Amino acid sequence: MSVLDFAFYLFAIVTVGSGLFTVVSRNPVHSVLWLIACFLSTAGLFVLLGAEFVAMLLVIVYVGAVAVLFLFVVMMLDIDFAELKAEMARYIPLAGLIGIVLLMQLAIAYGVWEAAEGVVVAEGLHAIPVPQGINTAALGLVLYDRYFLMFQLAGLILLVAMIGAIALTLRHRKDVKRQNVMHQMWRDPATAMTTHDVKPGQGL
Amino acid sequence: MSADLTIILPEIVLAVYALGALLAAVYTGKDALTRLLIWLTAAVFIVVAFWIGVSSEIGTGFSAMIVKDGFSRFAQVTILLSAAVVLIMGQDHMARFGLEKFEYPLLITLAVIGMMVMVSAGNLLTLYMGLELQSLSMYVVASLRRDNVKSTEAGLKYFVLGALSSGLLLYGISLTYGYAGSTEFSAVILAASGSVPLGLLFGLVFMLAGLAFKVSAAPFHMWTPDVYEGAPTPVTAFMATAPKVAAICMFARVTHDAFGNVVSDWQQIIALLSLLSMFVGSIAAIGQRDIKRLMAYSSIAHMGYALMGLAAGTAGGVEAMLLYMAIYVVMNIGTFAFILSMTRDGLETTDITSLNQLSKARPGAALALLLLMFSLAGIPPTLGFFAKFAVLQAAVDAGLVWLAVLGMIASVIGAFYYLRIVYYMYFGESGTPLDNEVPVFQMVALAASGVLMLALFPNLLGLEPAAANAAAALVR
Repeated sequence: MSVLDFAFYLFAIVTVGSGLFTVVSRNPVHSVLWLIACFLSTAGLFVLLGAEFVAMLLVIVYVGAVAVLFLFVVMMLDIDFAELKAEMARYIPLAGLIGIVLLMQLAIAYGVWEAAEGVVVAEGLHAIPVPQGINTAALGLVLYDRYFLMFQLAGLILLVAMIGAIALTLRHRKDVKRQNVMHQMWRDPATAMTTHDVKPGQGL
Repeated sequence: MSADLTIILPEIVLAVYALGALLAAVYTGKDALTRLLIWLTAAVFIVVAFWIGVSSEIGTGFSAMIVKDGFSRFAQVTILLSAAVVLIMGQDHMARFGLEKFEYPLLITLAVIGMMVMVSAGNLLTLYMGLELQSLSMYVVASLRRDNVKSTEAGLKYFVLGALSSGLLLYGISLTYGYAGSTEFSAVILAASGSVPLGLLFGLVFMLAGLAFKVSAAPFHMWTPDVYEGAPTPVTAFMATAPKVAAICMFARVTHDAFGNVVSDWQQIIALLSLLSMFVGSIAAIGQRDIKRLMAYSSIAHMGYALMGLAAGTAGGVEAMLLYMAIYVVMNIGTFAFILSMTRDGLETTDITSLNQLSKARPGAALALLLLMFSLAGIPPTLGFFAKFAVLQAAVDAGLVWLAVLGMIASVIGAFYYLRIVYYMYFGESGTPLDNEVPVFQMVALAASGVLMLALFPNLLGLEPAAANAAAALVR
């Protein structure tokens, strides 16, 4: 067994195992931690496939942002998980049915599969030559060259999402005190301090 | 690259304006700048519209992802001008009902950029990106009155159903891509000729369903009345004009640019959409007492007529459709200018019985609205009649006589609710009258569109040859 095989089986077993624990662990925080383990080992599998950019994306985006966000949300939510589990029991038959359908679809996908007559294999994407082996550069060439306009439009769409989120949810509260740095710096003993002549035994 | 950028220079100018205005507003006066920004945005729209109108630049950019031809120019000018007019006439309403948010003109600008991309798409990806840019901006402005239950409901409904329709569209696009091997229209049209593979046909059907959602054609119209009712009225006025033009032009682009060789395959679908829209719009509007809901059903019916032009599948049909949309936009601007001015004791009212005896209180407005209602109903000497006549003729020329006859029947049914408004205005019972103070720009828009309805200028002010040129550019 070569190192490559060993690495593959290691990552594959960790992926499946941690995926299983994500579902079955009783504590939701543990579930999210198992999910992170699952993502990390999947990233390892991607590296083995030679897709190092996707692996990095998985680590940075999914582990770094999404899973950590999940963790915060799960910790902050006040959910009665025992009640949720009881609810889940009611839907088990439906879930089982959907599971069977998905399994059957998988079987079809890996079973006999013939292309219809006259189907042409897609070639449009490969119209520009891409450097083999360096998939970060290849993705960059496609994204910033051929699909430059789409990339910019996607940026505008994200901008709209941001403006929308702010416009619809931000409320300027007038009743809270805010720190005003300039105000603080303009304070001096003349305006901030007064002297009182306190007579003995009387207080202010 | 620079040639590519020159092609989309108008869009770039608008995007740079939107970003600059956003920064300027955030760092200075915020909402205090709204009024200025609305005027500035409208001015920019008008300038860009004239620029596009006089420039005769034709070509493709970004490896045919953007196509600038006579068709896109016609659509873009219509979109920009109608958006500018709607912004100006709604500005007073926004101020009066505490909706002066500087995001409003900026989101409208971004939506307009999306629409301009939509109508000049040469690739399914461009089409989708433009559509999403437009839709996302519209979802936000629909729920701009965020403390109002109806407005948030409108935004949420629009968002959920819009996402569903985008899903349908994407599913269609992915099937088309899978079977045509490319997302470019020029490649799809090669794959979709002769006998079309079943998968490609499925893709076409799903794409048409997704697009029908966006133009609110029956049976995909369910969101329209609720969204029109709930959204702030200036936003409703906007939704009823520019996005409709953009969506129906995109419809024409997909059917003719990507599937132009298999007209008979999509003709029956569009004819059915058109038929259902005309009847659903005309019959369901009869029960409406709220004028915004009524206009929603009216727009569904009008989309049906516009689609009838498209269903003809000829250059004449596309020309009739463009003509219809341009006239529809003018009619809707006028009607919404009046709806924006409908207040009673300073509060907005949308009940159609509040129009009772309007002819006594505001004879000028009543007369203009009468002309607009006649035109919406398609009663002869008005402009709306010529619009309907054009699409009916296109349908008859293409051999769709049954559709034209049923369209006329639907038009007669629809005339009932338009004429009922006229009845209320002139012969209704006397009730509490509407307020008499009307902002000057709403009055101007109402009067101007009322006059235009009677304008029997030769060639409809040059609209007809422009539409003919645009249609000739699309249908080859």
